[in-house]
This record gives sequence, structure tokens and C-alpha cells, in this order.
Amino acid sequence: MSVRLTEEQDAIRQAVAELADARIAPRAAEIDASGEFPADVVELLARHDVFALGFPVQHGGLGADLLTHCLAIEEVSRVCATSGLIVAVQALAALPLHIAGSEAQRARWFPGMARGDVLGAFALTEPAAGSDPAGIRTRAVRDGDGWRIDGGKRFISQGSVADVVAVFAVTDPEASRHRNLSCFLVESASPGFAVSRLEHKMGIRGSPTAELTFDGVHVTDDRLVGEVGEGFRIAMKTLERSRPGIAAQAVGISQGAVDASVRYARERVQFGVPIGELQMVQAMLADMATQTEAARQLLYTACQEIEGGADDAARWAAMCKLFAGDTAMAVTTDAVQVFGGYGYVSDYPVERMMRDAKITQLYEGTQQIQRLVIARSLLSAQA
Amino acid sequence: MRIVVLLKAVPVVGNERLGAGFRLDRSALEANGSDEYVLEAALKLTEAGGGEVSVLSMGPAGATEAMRKALAMGAARGYLVSDPGLAGSCTLATGQVLAAALQRLGFDLVLAGADSSDGQGGVVAAAVATRLRLPYLSYAAAIEPGLDGASVRVRRISSSGFDVLEAPLPAVVMGTQLLGEPRYPTLRGIMQARGKEIVTWTLADLDIDPALVGEAAATTTVTEALPPPPRAGAVVVREPAAAAAERVAEFLVARRLI
Repeated sequence: MSVRLTEEQDAIRQAVAELADARIAPRAAEIDASGEFPADVVELLARHDVFALGFPVQHGGLGADLLTHCLAIEEVSRVCATSGLIVAVQALAALPLHIAGSEAQRARWFPGMARGDVLGAFALTEPAAGSDPAGIRTRAVRDGDGWRIDGGKRFISQGSVADVVAVFAVTDPEASRHRNLSCFLVESASPGFAVSRLEHKMGIRGSPTAELTFDGVHVTDDRLVGEVGEGFRIAMKTLERSRPGIAAQAVGISQGAVDASVRYARERVQFGVPIGELQMVQAMLADMATQTEAARQLLYTACQEIEGGADDAARWAAMCKLFAGDTAMAVTTDAVQVFGGYGYVSDYPVERMMRDAKITQLYEGTQQIQRLVIARSLLSAQA
Repeated sequence: MRIVVLLKAVPVVGNERLGAGFRLDRSALEANGSDEYVLEAALKLTEAGGGEVSVLSMGPAGATEAMRKALAMGAARGYLVSDPGLAGSCTLATGQVLAAALQRLGFDLVLAGADSSDGQGGVVAAAVATRLRLPYLSYAAAIEPGLDGASVRVRRISSSGFDVLEAPLPAVVMGTQLLGEPRYPTLRGIMQARGKEIVTWTLADLDIDPALVGEAAATTTVTEALPPPPRAGAVVVREPAAAAAERVAEFLVARRLI
């Protein structure tokens, strides 16, 4: 199989790259320093249909495949990881509807999300339920014509700016851990919905990470996504398609670090020569570029396998996220090394990239969880 | 208004390579830059006044990739005349082929760029107009529909400013980069281009006698091709601004440029 991009994918990549270089790159340092959610970038991504890419054509989207969507995340993340995450989260929030939503629910939510008028978030994690969703305490109980939700969620990317949040809550505490959860769409304007805390983070500082509390939030029955008890399956299926997005963010960050390092190695003169002529620096650049390309190719292959309906989609998703996240961390760390002392200060972008890279080893499943998924898939396949 | 934009697929600028017989290597092609300016003007005309833009090209099968960008920018469909018998055609033959394709298509207005980045002959549009016996308005810096709805009006660059020319439709207009920067394809445009059609015609489809086109029938031959000579050493003026301005002025006066 080939991972050469189609002409269309290449054109999309180029169009997003131009937009990112011209309009987002100049904002990246400021977004990181201020820690403010960049409304101007949201507006830009919306206006240029970057959000629309992955949504179905009949609901105002562009009907792009997973790889095309990931190319957009990669190119935006190359210049600004926060902005890349905004693209990824909007798609993530919509995935439960893609996977299990009714046609009426899609028609109700997709057009606004594709336009970027409606921002979404995905709320699975809780204080006691990170890697292990069995720890979820948020409860949804039958309440007249709908459901009453009580509890809270932690580490929710863009939870404080979202208009609608896909919330996973326990509907049957007696059921097995794979059957006890259900997925609900909760509007942030609902009475009882509150943002109780915002985290101070090491990286992706422009993307607010929120703690949400639900105090008797009432949702009507048409906000239940899929069947009662289907939540766990929806969450796992969501991660199969969202982890490549994080891998794409990681590849983008890596590429940004490679580009910055090559530029610097050409300009910075020590011992009378540009440091790029020193073999120890050359070796670092060569390794950084090679690792980045390897991560990219694994990501592209994973996208094609997942889009093609591979049985082991979960493994592909975990593998590309694992490898790309570790690559981003290694490559950005080396980028700081190439810059020397200048890499450690915020006048240059590589320290930001290194801080941003770290999250790709943590969210949407830690690297340890990815390895668990991969190993289980290997061992069960041989049974 | 039905507008047909003549679009040439040229070797990627900066990567031009000459093959055997001074034939350009046409393995990696992109849309000719000048043609994108007239395409932009065509799209603006139809956006303002209705109608549809098609692009017409003559070239190898790989030209469709270059045409796809035009579709992503907003052209409705593409037509490519492609036939092994066309290789090595001279500009006269190219004009004949394009004229035949245009007659098949039907149109109100044909737009062409001022030149191509590869051959730079700059005569194909005139050849097409001559073949079709249509008015030819060249070096347009602005194109607008005539007030009667059956004509076209252009501002042509002249040595003293602009001439305003008007001609009845159908007509052929050759435009310059003063028409305005071509748009970038939008993501929506790129994704929608997938569903647009590029029709390929052979010589037989257009009833063109193969003996009249191609290398054997060419009215011109390339006898030599040389890389451009290296640029002569530039004069760098490193004096304070006022003195430097004088040096620059002297330099230009000596060459009768001011």
C-alpha cells in the first residue's frame, strides 16, 4: 500500500499550511504567553472551513477522510500546537455523533459545528477516572422526559468555551464496566452546568483545560447519543479516530521543531562556521528529521487503515499516537539542544514546542495506555 | 456569460529541464502563473454577472493535475486536448487546435494570460482570435462587461497610461497581472473540485487532421537553447542615503532610464 498523498490531500495540506504560516504562526508565541483562548484563530479556522473538513457534506461539511483531517491538524500544529488542538477537539467532540448519533442529532448539531459557530468538547475523564474509565462517578438518572446528570469532569480541553459537551455518565451502576456508561450531549448553557476550575498548564496554554460540574443538569431524551449502556463502546470508538489527530498534532510539533532547528543551524555561527557545519549538530538534525518522517508515515498508514475499516483500528490508532508523541518529545528536546542556551528562553519557539510536545504523551490515553492497547491487541490476535 | 480561460500546464517554475530535441520535460506540471490571473478575472466576472467559467488546455495527460487547481479556484469544468500526435506542435498549430476546441465548446468570451512561463511566445491567444476571426483585445489591465450586455470593455496598458477598448462578443481578451492577484483555492473549493469533470479530447474528437499538427508539421524549429548567462556583477552602493541617492540617479541617467 502507498501513503503518497492524493492530489486533493496535497492541495488541502498546502492550503492549510499557507494559512497557518501567514495567519497563525505570527500569533503562536503570544497565545502561549497570554494563555488566552485565541478567538481570532477560531474565527479564522471557521472562515476557512478547517473545522468543516471532517463533517459530512450533507450537513455543511467537506466530507474529508481521516488522513485529510489529520493533515490539517499537522499543518496548524507545526506553527501552533494550541491552534492544532482547537481543530482536533472540534472533531473529537463530534465523533460520538458520527459513531452513534441519530440522523436527527447530526442534522441538529453538525452544521453549526462545521461552521465553527458551535464549539464542542469531549468529557470522559474524571478526578478518579483517567486511564481507567471504570472509575467514572458522574451519574445520569431517568428524570421525567429525560435525564438528570450529576457529577463532574476534569481535564476537559476547551470545556470552558464549548457550547456543547459530549458527557459520559453512568446510567446503570450494576452493569459491567463495558455496559454501565451512556453518552449525552450537554449544552453549556444548561442550568446546573458550571466551569469550576481552569488548569494552569505547562503547554498548549491557549487551549483552556476545564473542570466541569453538573449539578442536576437536565437533558431531554434526544440528547442521549446511541443506546443506553453504549457509552463505553462509543468512547473507545471515538478514541480510535481521535488518537490519530493527536499523533498529527505531535508530527506537526516535531516538524516545526525540525524547521526551526535547521534554520538556526544555518544562521548561528560558532568557531567561525554556522553550527550546521558541525557534525554533532548535523547528526542531531538528521535524526530529528528521520524520526519525524517515520512518525508521519506511521500516522498516514494508520489513517488509511482506520479509514479502510481495519479490524485492528484501535491498535493502529494507539501505535501512531504512541510513536508520534514520543517522537515529538525527543525531537523538541533535541531542538532545544541545537539552540543551546537560546533554546531555553522564550525568544525562540523551541522551548514552547518542547512544553507543547509533552501533552501528546499524556492525553487521549497516556503512552502507557497506548502500549497496553497494542499489547492486548497482539496477544488476543494470537489466541 | 460563458467564459473559457485558456490554461497552459507548464513545468513547475524553477524546475524546468530541457530534454531531447530541446523539448521541455513535462513530467511535473503546474498551472501557468499568468493564466491564473485571467482565471481570477473570469471568476470575478461570473460572480458579479452570472455565467460559468471553463478552462481549456492542450497538453499531456498529466495536465489535468494543473487544471484541477483551476477547478478548486472556482472554474466549473475543464477541457483538455491531449493526443500523442500533438507533441512538438508549434504555436500556430496550438492556436488551430484551441480554436477547434473553442468552436466545439461555444463561448461568449475567451481569456488568455499574457505569456507562459515556459515558451514565452505570447502569441497563442492572438492566433486563436485570428483563426476564429474574433476581436482580440490585448494586454488588459481590467475587464468589464459592456453596458449593452453584448460587448466587453477592457483597459489596455499603453505607453501613456490606458486605452479603453470595446468589442462585441464573442471576443478574445489577453490579460496581464494588473488584473489582480489570483485567489488561493479554499478548502471547500478543493474538496468540491473532486466532483467536477475534466473532459479529454483527442485530435480525432475534434476532427483535426494529424498531418497539420505535431513536430513534423511545425512551422518553427528550435535551433539552439542555452542557459541564461550569469548575471553581471551588481553594483552595490554603500554610501549614506543622500549620497547613495545621487549615485543611483547618476547610474540611471547614464543609461537614459530617467
